[in-house]
Amino acid sequence: MYQLGNLVKDLSDKHGRTRESLLPILQGIVEKHNYLTDEAMVEVAKELDISAAEVYGTASFYTFLDTQERGKYVIRVCKTITCSMKGKIEILETLEDMLKIKAGETTSDKQFTLLETNCIGWCHKAPAMLINEIPYTELTPEKVVEIIKGYMQKK
Amino acid sequence: MKNKGLNKVDLIFEKINAEEVLKKAWEMSNQSIIQQILDSGLKGRGGAGFPTGLKWKYTAAIDEPEKYVVCNADEGEPGTFKDREILDKVVYKVYGGMAIAGKAIGAKKGIVYLRGEYRFLLSQLYKELEAFHKMIKEIGYDFEISYRLGSGAYICGEESALFESIEGRRGEPRNKPPYPTTSGVFEKPTSINNVETLVTAMMIITHGPESYSQLGTKDSRGSKVFSVSGDTPIPGIFELELGMTVQEFVNEFGDGDTKAVQVGGASGFCVPRKKFQDTIIGFEGVPTGGSMKLFNSSRSMYNVLHNYLDFFAEESCGQCTPCRVGCQQLLRGVEKVKKGEIHSNYLNELLKLADTMKVASKCGLGQSVGNAFRTIVENFREEIIY
Amino acid sequence: MINLTINNQKISVEPGTTVLDAAKKLNIHIPTLCNHPDLCVAGNCRVCVVEQTGARTLVAACAMPVAEGMDIHTNTLKVRNARKHIVELLLSEHRSDCTKCYKNQKCELQALANEFAFGDTVFIDLVKDRHYEIDRSSPAFIKDDSKCIRCQRCVRTCSQLQHISAIAVANKGLHQKISSFHDRPMSHVVCTNCGQCVNRCPTGALVEKTYIDQVWDAIYDEDKHVVVQTAPAVRVALGEDLGFDPGEIVTGKMVTALRYLGFDSVLDTDFSADLTIMEEGTELLSRLKKVLVDGDEKTKIPMFTSCSPGWIKFIEHKYPELLPNLSTCKSPQQMFGALAKTYYAAKKNIDPSKIVSVSIMPCTAKKYEADRPEMRASGYKDIDYVLTTRELAVMIKQAGIDFRNLKPTHYDSVMGESTGAGVIFGATGGVMEAALRTAYEIVTGREVPFTNLNITPVRGMEGVKEASIKIENCLEDWKFLEGAVLNVAIAHGLTNANKIVKLVSQGKTNYHFIEIMACPGGCIGGGGQPIPTSMEIRQNRIDAIYAEDENMPIRKSHENPEIIAIYEEFLDKPNSHKSHELLHTHYTERENY
Repeated sequence: MYQLGNLVKDLSDKHGRTRESLLPILQGIVEKHNYLTDEAMVEVAKELDISAAEVYGTASFYTFLDTQERGKYVIRVCKTITCSMKGKIEILETLEDMLKIKAGETTSDKQFTLLETNCIGWCHKAPAMLINEIPYTELTPEKVVEIIKGYMQKK
Repeated sequence: MKNKGLNKVDLIFEKINAEEVLKKAWEMSNQSIIQQILDSGLKGRGGAGFPTGLKWKYTAAIDEPEKYVVCNADEGEPGTFKDREILDKVVYKVYGGMAIAGKAIGAKKGIVYLRGEYRFLLSQLYKELEAFHKMIKEIGYDFEISYRLGSGAYICGEESALFESIEGRRGEPRNKPPYPTTSGVFEKPTSINNVETLVTAMMIITHGPESYSQLGTKDSRGSKVFSVSGDTPIPGIFELELGMTVQEFVNEFGDGDTKAVQVGGASGFCVPRKKFQDTIIGFEGVPTGGSMKLFNSSRSMYNVLHNYLDFFAEESCGQCTPCRVGCQQLLRGVEKVKKGEIHSNYLNELLKLADTMKVASKCGLGQSVGNAFRTIVENFREEIIY
Repeated sequence: MINLTINNQKISVEPGTTVLDAAKKLNIHIPTLCNHPDLCVAGNCRVCVVEQTGARTLVAACAMPVAEGMDIHTNTLKVRNARKHIVELLLSEHRSDCTKCYKNQKCELQALANEFAFGDTVFIDLVKDRHYEIDRSSPAFIKDDSKCIRCQRCVRTCSQLQHISAIAVANKGLHQKISSFHDRPMSHVVCTNCGQCVNRCPTGALVEKTYIDQVWDAIYDEDKHVVVQTAPAVRVALGEDLGFDPGEIVTGKMVTALRYLGFDSVLDTDFSADLTIMEEGTELLSRLKKVLVDGDEKTKIPMFTSCSPGWIKFIEHKYPELLPNLSTCKSPQQMFGALAKTYYAAKKNIDPSKIVSVSIMPCTAKKYEADRPEMRASGYKDIDYVLTTRELAVMIKQAGIDFRNLKPTHYDSVMGESTGAGVIFGATGGVMEAALRTAYEIVTGREVPFTNLNITPVRGMEGVKEASIKIENCLEDWKFLEGAVLNVAIAHGLTNANKIVKLVSQGKTNYHFIEIMACPGGCIGGGGQPIPTSMEIRQNRIDAIYAEDENMPIRKSHENPEIIAIYEEFLDKPNSHKSHELLHTHYTERENY
């Protein structure tokens, strides 16, 4: 559970308190904390004077505005056709083996969440994945091991 | 029919002196800018292919102090990645196109809606934007561009869904009319153009409409950036003159064993080998926002279709019945046919359903799901069944 | 005017008219589902698609504005095929256990399916693969997503009419659903239980929680004495569910029917409405005195009415800082309940533990209200079961009663006598009017200065109404009000209420007394009333309410002989210690999500 502190207030000050500020504020929270807690959504609803169900309804429309708990590093492996053709399954299996979780799960130390996602725009360099916002392309199982090792050392 | 063959073009990524072009545009009347775009025959490069000049003309015609130029950089069609490359390499021309559009239609505000998947580009894009703002201000433009980010929703590439998203709501397409040219973002007249369209518009102002309209064919003027992927030895971005056949395309990009090309992404059309020769890539044949995916004979077209349907079932906004439920029915339907749980004749029922989705869905997403479905099922029926 | 043709018939309509409305003028029926006359256009269900000559696709008649020269066809093969597919698609994601469904034969989807006479549908049943949980957490209604067809009428109702958005559309694609805040149970969110969504849901996805069987059990229990009260708004709407037109007054038939059903005593909420006026009017005057004369800073004005349980929950969630402005009076239903097991029990010499108190209400929020822990002033649950107008109609049908040919009869006594002031509680502005009729007379000794006691400025369908009444020539006790202007306001529907409450919370009003009803039109537009509802239907019910008022021999609450008697025999005087024990309550601050 992350500490919300003044984040929602600061983001509301920065982006404004009208409805059009909703996405930038939610994106700002996710950027810092990787997902939206109920507490954060209620806080946003209060700042923008809209209903919390509306905030949740809007957030849940967008794949990247997670309302479930996510790790520090969210890995999104592209599952669309070219990446599928070019070895997505091996990439996913490598990640599952390494992180000891299945797609959709988060490691117990809350460092990594493994997800599949729709086309991320790197079909010519498939297979590809995002870790938070950074794309990794032309993946091989070996390359994936190196990348994840790097993140593991970062923590 | 004689066609143009495959010709590489260097327009989109051509280095130009943006300041000079913007000065030139500044000196032109708004009508003559719009006329040049009309004369060039440019159609929107996002896929739908609405004439850009008309869009600008309609928006310009509305008497309203607050108007918008929106750059659609929510490139989400599977197999399309050209906009990312354009933003990465020549974003100053995107900005330039927006400023020219702004002048032509009377808008002081521009918004780039960038898909969340491309967020990593943002700091660089901002840097260039600062310099750009400074430059156009000196010329005299009263125009300011800001960014809005998507957060993973394919449907936000649909223009009215994109507006909804900018306004802080779920990206659900609106009823039309009204169209964006009268009521777009914040219910103000809006010209919404694809990244590539804006760059092309700037290049038309740079070189004049004549040289541009000489490229391509009657219905598909000019050139286009193609995103090539799949079973090809040379995947990547290629700018090509419009008007080639699929065969000519395959000759250049195929691996010698191409059995089908999916033109226009998941919402586009599947062209089987036997139709390569007779199919022109463009509005007279198969239109495309640039996505070109090649499949060789090792690929199961069932897997391709399943992948697309799975994509649509997830990415449909879900508000209208034909699209929300139709996508699920097509997906579950082909699964059951494949497993033998249902007779293969059921595919005929699904084809009828695809027709209903085409005519009864609220927006372009639901209306185009049937494209891939019909062309894959009709051309590769046995692969779907067995 | 715009000229177009529909099915080769020419018509001219105002610009901005939809194809659907233009077709209606020609008596051409186009089926709809997501469309509702009270709500903004959605264009989601696509059931209303029609063919427009020259258009690439079909167009949604509900969302398409007419255009000059338009040529529309509503019944081509293309249209029929598409519509049939759309209804079949909806059925494929709808748990169609129709014969077991509470909405059986009252379901709009079922009616459409009938139109297309499906033998068997083609498509795969999508419900089976999903895990649906039915939300029964609220005492007022049930939310069953497996029957939801995502028309979003409920979402639009909750946001547009009620300014709550306790439910919203969540997720997308195949996961799209109507959800409370992060799927919390409806009992644990900002929902007011107003039931306006229930009233507009075309299927069985949102239905009232029914207590019909419990009431039958009580009626047939020899050991129980079952009393029933009927709210003012029920008598002008019940007929709609039993073959009468909107606006028909069926009071006497309803009383007879209730007797036939086996209730031991048929009594009237109008009686306790009159009582409410005595208590609330006195509270208002005493608040004014405390504020204006004593300078008491703890006492707050404006005072809000407290009869509408949906409104109570709204303010508890959204403006808890204004709870001190809320009248402490219980609603007429709950005053009645507290008295049924005390005063009535004593008068009739019945052991209160044997009394089962049932109320017939136009309202679903009343079910929640009756369940509040503080509503046990009698030492028992004051109200045991609340049935909606719709549920009463069901019971009457279950009993095989020929309602149309019933002879009207009168309510029983005690607590069955009422006045015109009690009746008009059912319409927006009615509580205000009733209160003014009494309060003005208390203060001045004269009748309100309006022709025939009809205080027209507080009547009508306008969302927010205001009125000012100058008080002159006061009686001795009320001299502090001499020359004062009493400013009042009335709002109905919580979106309208919110406008006024927001201003109050910002200190921007000079009102003394504000009447708020959660539902559009007041209780006659309640969530428990017959379906369908529309502006026109609500207007008919309101007209009936005022007609009933004019027909009553007594039209001022303080002149109700049973009210005079209860104060003499039992309560002493308004706002007495006993009144406070039984007839007044307190409120709870709640979370705003």
